[in-house]
Amino acid sequence: MTIASGVKKNIAGSGIYLFLILSALFFLVPIYVFLVTGLKSFREVNIQNMWDLPRALTFDGFTAAFGRLTPNLLNSFLLTIPATIVSSLLGSLNGYVISKWRFRGANVIFIVMLFGMFIPYQSILIPLVQFLSGIRLYGHLPGLILTHIVYGIPITTLVFRNYYLEIPDSLIEAAQLDGFGIVNIYLRIIFPISAPAFVVVIIWQFTNIWNEFLFAVVLVQNPVDQPITVALRNLAGSQIVEWNVQMAGALIAAIPTLIIYILLGKYFIRGLLAGSVKG
Amino acid sequence: MVRSKKDVIIGIAIVVPSFILVLIFVYGFIAWTFRVACSAWDGQLPNFTWVGFKHFASLFSSTRFQIDLWNTLYFTILFLAVCICGGLVFAMLLDNIVRGENIFRNIFLFPMAISFVVTGVAWRWIFNPTVGVNVLLERIGLSFAAWNWYIDPSQIFTFHVALIPVVIAASWQYIGYIMAMFLAGLRGIPDEIIEAARMDGAGGFRIFMKIIIPSLKPIILSAMIVLGHVSLKIFDLVYTMTGKGPAFATDMPGIYMFETTFQGNHYAEGAAISIIMLLMVALVICPYLYYVLRKKEG
Repeated sequence: MTIASGVKKNIAGSGIYLFLILSALFFLVPIYVFLVTGLKSFREVNIQNMWDLPRALTFDGFTAAFGRLTPNLLNSFLLTIPATIVSSLLGSLNGYVISKWRFRGANVIFIVMLFGMFIPYQSILIPLVQFLSGIRLYGHLPGLILTHIVYGIPITTLVFRNYYLEIPDSLIEAAQLDGFGIVNIYLRIIFPISAPAFVVVIIWQFTNIWNEFLFAVVLVQNPVDQPITVALRNLAGSQIVEWNVQMAGALIAAIPTLIIYILLGKYFIRGLLAGSVKG
Repeated sequence: MVRSKKDVIIGIAIVVPSFILVLIFVYGFIAWTFRVACSAWDGQLPNFTWVGFKHFASLFSSTRFQIDLWNTLYFTILFLAVCICGGLVFAMLLDNIVRGENIFRNIFLFPMAISFVVTGVAWRWIFNPTVGVNVLLERIGLSFAAWNWYIDPSQIFTFHVALIPVVIAASWQYIGYIMAMFLAGLRGIPDEIIEAARMDGAGGFRIFMKIIIPSLKPIILSAMIVLGHVSLKIFDLVYTMTGKGPAFATDMPGIYMFETTFQGNHYAEGAAISIIMLLMVALVICPYLYYVLRKKEG
């Protein structure tokens, strides 16, 4: 390498880093806004110093947001945990049968399910409300849990199916020689080696259900029963603009999934890529 | 593999409940929504008198719905362009830098972990004309760049400028996802091919056009499908950030459907909007599914 081209390369290199650093700063702006506004007192939040660091740190915004959002935070956990577990288990069972016991029609069943991932949920909302009213689950968390389980089936089935396709059939055949049937093979062989797929699917489902808004806002009317996303939207829509409470509330609503992202980022990305067939 | 009769029966017993649930909750409900769209249900109580395609016809002559369709079109084009170009640039830069790849990747990707509602709350503040980015622009001496952002009702031809901040917020959320898809794709291109091209004297641009773009084609297609179907049904982000905006400047079919159905109790009209949304998504998804499944079979 000549000296001149080395210098040119260095300039290009620092240009790339400068661009990346500026982009990264832009991506962090919302987090900055959550923190600086959330940590100000209501009196300190005014137009001139909206972007400044707080002069005195107060947790008033966070205390107020926690006070108002705690029941909804609990609702979100009560909703997300069972819906995630049940839809993941169903997906694992379906994926196992569809990929490893390809009886006639299994492919049709799979394709029919696949389309369910893409539909705009607006197109099933009205019957859903009628149906849940009919079985007296409208307006409460159990109805919302059922909804998330059902509409989670296509994506969880898809991910497990793809995962199980990679497992050699010879493993199943060997187990059959030992006299195992379909159920025992699942329980003793397939389920124990499904951990990686379960991690990916659980993270995907947890994040999506936690973050979901449309089902929640339509199906649960009573404010004390609503999950955090709906409560946050209502907080933001209130008359007096308490920016500090709103921003603190937004951060509180984001923290559980951000923790998952920070701790299990690798699996989160795998989930994203598995879901890129969906979106 | 030998399938005993017992195994087949148990296998079917495992899959069929889920299958029936999906049949009812997806296909049955869609059929029911279509039935509602052709009914006279306008008010709290259901009324299933058949009125044909009246509601579809009146939608297409409604100003609000026409604006919604234009908004959806512009939003989709801009959102796709920003995310795909931006995602590709980030992915290629991260693929080539020596240090800090992890940090940058994590920063660009973290918005995907966050709810659209949270994103909406944040960007509503940032693009608020009185407290947000305008204050910052004024402070650094760029006050000429200040404008009313998402509450600006003006339009160029049929394009509402208020959509720009919404596109920025949506792209902020999705660009890292697209970047991750491209990064996975770039890792799949063998270094030898690029080295060989370089030995043959191909420049960066030629390598980009002749090797990188063709091998990323399937991913570009997937990205377009993912982003396209997100944008056709977008609701929570816009609803939280701007609502329908001044003179429907940021209105979307999803918002129109929600307000009409669940706030206005015009169920038949709301159902008609959602059927049109479904058709738009199906137009994008069905060819894609066909393509993917056929490729897998073959």
